[in-house]
Amino acid sequence: MIDIFKGYKGDAVEILKKYNIRVWGDVEVKTTRGDFYGIVLPRSENDDDKHIVLKLITGYNVGIDVRTITDMKEIGYKEAHYKIPEKEFPYTEGLPKVKLFGTGGTIASRLDYRTGAVIPAFSPGELYGAVPELADICNLETEKLFAVFSENMGPEQYKALAIAIGKEIENGIDGIIIGHGTDTLHHTAAVLSFMIQNSPIPIILVGSQRSSDRPSSDAALNLMHAATAAARSDIAEVMVCMFGPTSDEYGLLHQGTRVRKMHSSYRSTFRTIGDTPIATVTREKITPIKQNYNHRRNDRKVTILPYFDEKVTLLYYYPNMQPDIIYSLIDNGYKGIVIAGTGLGHVNKPLYPAIRKCKELGIPIYMTVQTLWGYVHMFVYDTGRDLMSYGIIPAENMLPEVAFMKLSWALGQTDDLDKVRELMLTPISNDITKREPYNGYLIYQGGIPEVEEFIKKVHK
Amino acid sequence: MKKFDPTRNNKSTMKKVGYKSRSKSNRKDYEKLGFKSGLEVHQQLATKEKLFCHCPAGIYQDLHDFDAELIRHMRPTLSEMGTYDGTALMEFRTRKNITYRIKNETTCTYDVDDTPPFPINREALKYAIEISLLLQQNIVGELHITRKQYLDGSIPTGFQRTAIVGIEGEIPLKEKNIRIIQLSIEEDACREVSDIAHSRIYTTDRLGIPLIETVTYPEMLTPDEVMEAGQVIRFINRSSGKVRTGIGAGRQDVNVSIEGGTRVEIKGVSHLSWIPELTHNEAFRQKGLLEIKKELLLRINDTDEWKPNFKMINFDISDIEYEPIKKAMDNGWQLVACNLPNFKGILSHFLQPGKTFADELEGRLKVIACLEKPNMVHSEDMNPVFNEDMLKKRSRLLNSGENDAQIVFWAHESDVATAMETIEERCRLAFEEVPNETRKALTDGTTIFERVLPGADRMYPDTDSAPIPIEDEYIDSIRNLLPVNLSERLRQLQKWQIPSDCYVYILKKNLMPLMENIIKDLKVDSKWLGTLFGHKMKFIEGRIIPSVGFDYNLIYSMINFLQIQKIELDIAEKMLPIICLNPQMEFESILNSLEYEKYKKEVILKNVSSLQNMFTKINHSKNPQAAEKWIMGNLRPIALGNIPLRELNDFVLKFLANGGVK
Repeated sequence: MIDIFKGYKGDAVEILKKYNIRVWGDVEVKTTRGDFYGIVLPRSENDDDKHIVLKLITGYNVGIDVRTITDMKEIGYKEAHYKIPEKEFPYTEGLPKVKLFGTGGTIASRLDYRTGAVIPAFSPGELYGAVPELADICNLETEKLFAVFSENMGPEQYKALAIAIGKEIENGIDGIIIGHGTDTLHHTAAVLSFMIQNSPIPIILVGSQRSSDRPSSDAALNLMHAATAAARSDIAEVMVCMFGPTSDEYGLLHQGTRVRKMHSSYRSTFRTIGDTPIATVTREKITPIKQNYNHRRNDRKVTILPYFDEKVTLLYYYPNMQPDIIYSLIDNGYKGIVIAGTGLGHVNKPLYPAIRKCKELGIPIYMTVQTLWGYVHMFVYDTGRDLMSYGIIPAENMLPEVAFMKLSWALGQTDDLDKVRELMLTPISNDITKREPYNGYLIYQGGIPEVEEFIKKVHK
Repeated sequence: MKKFDPTRNNKSTMKKVGYKSRSKSNRKDYEKLGFKSGLEVHQQLATKEKLFCHCPAGIYQDLHDFDAELIRHMRPTLSEMGTYDGTALMEFRTRKNITYRIKNETTCTYDVDDTPPFPINREALKYAIEISLLLQQNIVGELHITRKQYLDGSIPTGFQRTAIVGIEGEIPLKEKNIRIIQLSIEEDACREVSDIAHSRIYTTDRLGIPLIETVTYPEMLTPDEVMEAGQVIRFINRSSGKVRTGIGAGRQDVNVSIEGGTRVEIKGVSHLSWIPELTHNEAFRQKGLLEIKKELLLRINDTDEWKPNFKMINFDISDIEYEPIKKAMDNGWQLVACNLPNFKGILSHFLQPGKTFADELEGRLKVIACLEKPNMVHSEDMNPVFNEDMLKKRSRLLNSGENDAQIVFWAHESDVATAMETIEERCRLAFEEVPNETRKALTDGTTIFERVLPGADRMYPDTDSAPIPIEDEYIDSIRNLLPVNLSERLRQLQKWQIPSDCYVYILKKNLMPLMENIIKDLKVDSKWLGTLFGHKMKFIEGRIIPSVGFDYNLIYSMINFLQIQKIELDIAEKMLPIICLNPQMEFESILNSLEYEKYKKEVILKNVSSLQNMFTKINHSKNPQAAEKWIMGNLRPIALGNIPLRELNDFVLKFLANGGVK
């Protein structure tokens, strides 16, 4: 059924029916608080049934309390239709060919001014309408693979994405961009780092922290940076491209297995953990920070390994955790567990029996650290030694989410636990690094004079 | 052939426009112009915190004091019609790097758009509803936070969060009522530090302070009415006691149009007293533009075919004496000459006192193409910088005709294209209409171009905020605490028989609640009290700035003190300046410093006869009042505070009338 009352319900619908008023109707409303004139707008379904929304002639919206309405009259009707202008994406001879895969994040979008809904811009024509600068960087093709929010990305999408990318590489594309919501951007980056190996071209995941319907959005610049990196960079890795500082200055290219979203709302939320980013990127150039990375190649020899076992979990340890948590995982058929332990990789004694049980049943448990920075070191204390003797495997300096993705991917291809162990502990894409450089851990504390001096001089 | 004289042309066009100074203009002149004006009054609310975050409100830093800086750029977003708003495009063309200066004390991650908004400040909302009720508005049932785009960078998000609290309403002027369109609650913008070439710097201390904007219908028909309406809205805002005062706490945008003209917005007028001159000049500027349009349409048959001709200067001007051009040449900038066909006499055409059509071009070159002023010279400059030889060469280069005008501007290569577009665009607008724009007020009462006026397309719902219901019970609870409304206040002042020249001071300072208490509790004569504030206190404040800690409530205590001490209130006016400067000083000490001594009435009156005696011995004056004046003058120092001066005067007069010393 078509919702002709567009989001209105209960008392509000009754009032609209009573006075024969349509959504988009131009109305005069008499209320106990005085008269109002405007166009009846659709209402968000989650809002209450006590108000009707009007757009005033000045462009402002106001709500009218239905309990105050004494009369309503429709004197006109002005339905609005929205469409993003499409301009043909110009083809420029000699520019690299880049493919943009859409997953449902709204990297470029426009707001439906009346309802507040976000309309994604996605086709090359729409993107060109919104970010014309892209045409100076590459010849762009787009393909919308799915339409899901970032938090709803899952195994099905990861596999489809890896396969689609493999095909594009075989067909000769110069670079790949994946538009993605930022919440689980680093999860997808990690799993793609394992599913797509030996890529000859850059694969760039990009999102935006401020939607592109806002003038100060980071979307357009992120997209330009991503396009530059995909089209021109020599770095053939799976990478995340997002703002370096919160200022509109440069983007960072992060290794897909070492990156993490570290702030719920900052533009510069993505940080490389335990290492430096691979490079900085501006619209003009890519400047490598790291020297050893996989270089772009002309061959098309890529390995696509689209495997994923859904019966893997990531357990965030907390003091006084009870073994029943682990028993219930066993009962529910989980095949692998990653624990984010405290400090160097510890959990409490009450869990020991459950951990031993896992070993008996052949459910591998990998240990990572909640501190994010640093390695698991289970030889330092007796607890660690005990845990290892019960079968827990330290996962070096793999980030918890990365270990989770890797274990899912490994168990997706084999049940042989030795093979799984080998896959887990052999670095594939810097998911484990042999050393942590001194500048891989820098969290400055505000208020300290030398830090304040630095912050004053260098744009945040 | 007679040489063109720009000064004479300026004078004759001024006459054609019919420009008169404001002092020589009357209501009829404005009626003839079709003068119409509306106001948008911005008033900061006196809340503890900002509107959408928990930063303290009202703390200002020095413009150059900051802890960190960050840089942003504003991109236009598509309007609901799938096009870009005119202002948006203009701002995008200017390619500005916007730097924000941040001080930790006053700025958080919300301010710089790195955190979504917190729920709206309820204290601010309550104050806004209170003032909306004072304007007799229809309060909305639900508050919808709306985003209003500003791409100049004055707000780091690129939009201002704003919401309508009430619509309609009315304010009383002396001779008529003015209707109100709406009152909104919104966040204040950044303060500008500088704006030079492609770099604009803001400081974020003011950003986010809650303010209300009261918008009137364009019903003011003379410049004085506009100012009066501004004053009345200010009185009402201040009568709530919930608003900030001081520099920048209240600002006005003034909309002006004339018959055949366009609504032009003069922004950021911080003093009400500037309004009459600004609106007066804007009305005539529009008249001038209409005259120019008329003249150009007479000269040019097909305006679509009209086109300026641009050429890089290719002849030697190295011995030019004009500094800005010398500097431009040193910088390796381009010098561009431009021919404007049929524009002779337009560039020096009068538009505002001391300003011509050339200033309109210069203003847009500065704002849109980022060329710092002076950015051009032209064929109708009062002081030409090109010599005869150069002019000839320029003419030949451009192939100029007798009826054309010429411009030369200088700019970095990357700004030349925008500058050319800007010149052509402004000249073409001259065929069509008075351009829709916002203008910046200058202290001399004239205005300069600020930006293209944005359309209603720049409003859209804030997806970060849920609507906020405003219940009847809540409104009633606020209504019950309302101060008396302005019309009633004016009636009360009349009833108290207070001279009307005291009204503005009393209302502006929101002194009526205090006066009411003094009259009620201390039974003081209302007329005397009114002049104590409206004349004496105003006079004092015109000369000395009250010290920190001074509060008008001290006047209540002072009167109370004098009454308890049984001291006559005449002495109050002598005490006021001392209280202003030393608000902590005890009243006793103030009296001491005035050398006040207590005398019985009879003792003072006894002196009259001996003084009269003395007077007759020394008198040379033939003035019949000389005796009275001399005696009063001698007695005042001891009489003040001990006997009402009027009573003493009556006694002296009676004494003299009865023949003096018996």
